Amino acid sequence: MHDIADSLVAAWQLVLSGNPTFLGIISLSLGISLTAVFFASCIGLPLGAALAVTRFPGRNAAVVVVNALMGLPPVVVGLVVYLALSRSGPLGSLGLLFTPAAMVIAQVVLVAPIVAAVARQIIEDLWHQYAELYVLDGVGRVRTVCSLLWLGRFSLMTAILAGAGRAVAEVGAILIVGGNIAGVTRTMTTAIALETSRGDLALALGLGMILLALILAINGTAHFAGKAVKRAAA
Amino acid sequence: MTWLLRVVAIGWLLVSAASPAVAEQPFITVASTTSTEESGLFGFLLPAFTRQTGIEVRVVAVGTGQALKIGERGDCDVVFVHDRAAELAFVEHGFGIDRREVMYNDFILVGPASDRARVDGGNDIVAALHKIADTQAPFVARGDDSGTSKAELRLWKEAGIDPKAISGAWYRDTGSGMGPTLNAAAAMDAYTLSDRGTWLNFRNRQNLKIVIQGDRRLFNQYGVMLVNPVRYPSVKQDLGAKFINWLTSPTGQKTIADYKINGEQLFFPDAKATSGSAHSISAPSAG
Repeated sequence: MHDIADSLVAAWQLVLSGNPTFLGIISLSLGISLTAVFFASCIGLPLGAALAVTRFPGRNAAVVVVNALMGLPPVVVGLVVYLALSRSGPLGSLGLLFTPAAMVIAQVVLVAPIVAAVARQIIEDLWHQYAELYVLDGVGRVRTVCSLLWLGRFSLMTAILAGAGRAVAEVGAILIVGGNIAGVTRTMTTAIALETSRGDLALALGLGMILLALILAINGTAHFAGKAVKRAAA
Repeated sequence: MTWLLRVVAIGWLLVSAASPAVAEQPFITVASTTSTEESGLFGFLLPAFTRQTGIEVRVVAVGTGQALKIGERGDCDVVFVHDRAAELAFVEHGFGIDRREVMYNDFILVGPASDRARVDGGNDIVAALHKIADTQAPFVARGDDSGTSKAELRLWKEAGIDPKAISGAWYRDTGSGMGPTLNAAAAMDAYTLSDRGTWLNFRNRQNLKIVIQGDRRLFNQYGVMLVNPVRYPSVKQDLGAKFINWLTSPTGQKTIADYKINGEQLFFPDAKATSGSAHSISAPSAG
């Protein structure tokens, strides 16, 4: 209990201090993860919806693969992106390794399957309800996908939030491709890893609590914003 | 199509928000060891260099083995590590040029206050390892190909002991950095070999204390080298050379000596006085 009290104090002092380094770490964390979730949603939502409404040979296998990719180990993704972006790798000339952009790329790879898999399930349920209408009206595939995505927009928040949770909390991938460089690629999770290895467990746990509070805030904002929009629409 | 424009605009906004808002100043990337970062040396040393030269130093702190690997792949400009044999091989294979010795500190054996193996007090590291093996007292090893890990394995070899072969469960390979290894040793009341810098800056000691220090064999030399710019044209040769020259200059050496924790000096500068252009960096040899 002593440790937890210490870390609460550490967390509180950090928040009160308004330390610029600390604020930089928070904004970088949020910036990278939200950017990654944005691009992952741009990829994952249409992909999941397309998978839900189309029928083709091997579709079941594709669904299983997308679902399985939700369990991609971050360290492996980090390593693959590292090798790709390394100066000795195929994309080395871009010089992206150890930059926030590299971290965004790694997180997009991690998050897109999550968004796609959850979106696929949600859209498929909607599709079962409305398929006949769309078919009767002779609506094309692309229009159908867009329309179903709009129809399921509130439920799809869950898909996006699941992705956001993964992105903000993940450390394995961004530690490898970002390098945990102070002031450049140090995020909340990599800072926690660093403080743990320094043996400053109170500070590490304090940072962890702040991270939890941030995730809570993101989810709370999404939840109540969704409610407000729904109410306005009703 | 306006929605597409909107999506692109939002994406662009997010990307610019994610990139740190630092003014674009020249920077180099240095692959270095956890000991230089976790001991706090870089936090003290690098701002002084940046103030004097305007060059920002971005440090990727990993084990020596991994740091050399990052250099081998051309992903950094400078490598700053502590494993002489591996560094010389790195230069030999054409991955690095102009290796210079910068500073040293020493390794220490830390152990629990209970001191099950009764090694406390002496300075003979080899005798201490014998006692630990004889009593099968728990020993936590880095096992991560770092400079400290290699030094530890060399010491066991010198003692004529193969801990992995004879250990039932007392030799515990954690495969992690110095800090996590010290955390593990503290939790298990185990012995471990640490560099002094990380130890002095380490907060979670619990029952751990230094039991062996001062053996000549515990000497720990740090070296710095430039990644071969002929092999990797992306290497910032001029900026990297400035950093190396500064580290080995009287100013850099004095700054290293000035870094203290509780009045105790952590690193001892020992760069050879650079005489003229005998080791000029501006004329790299092809790898």
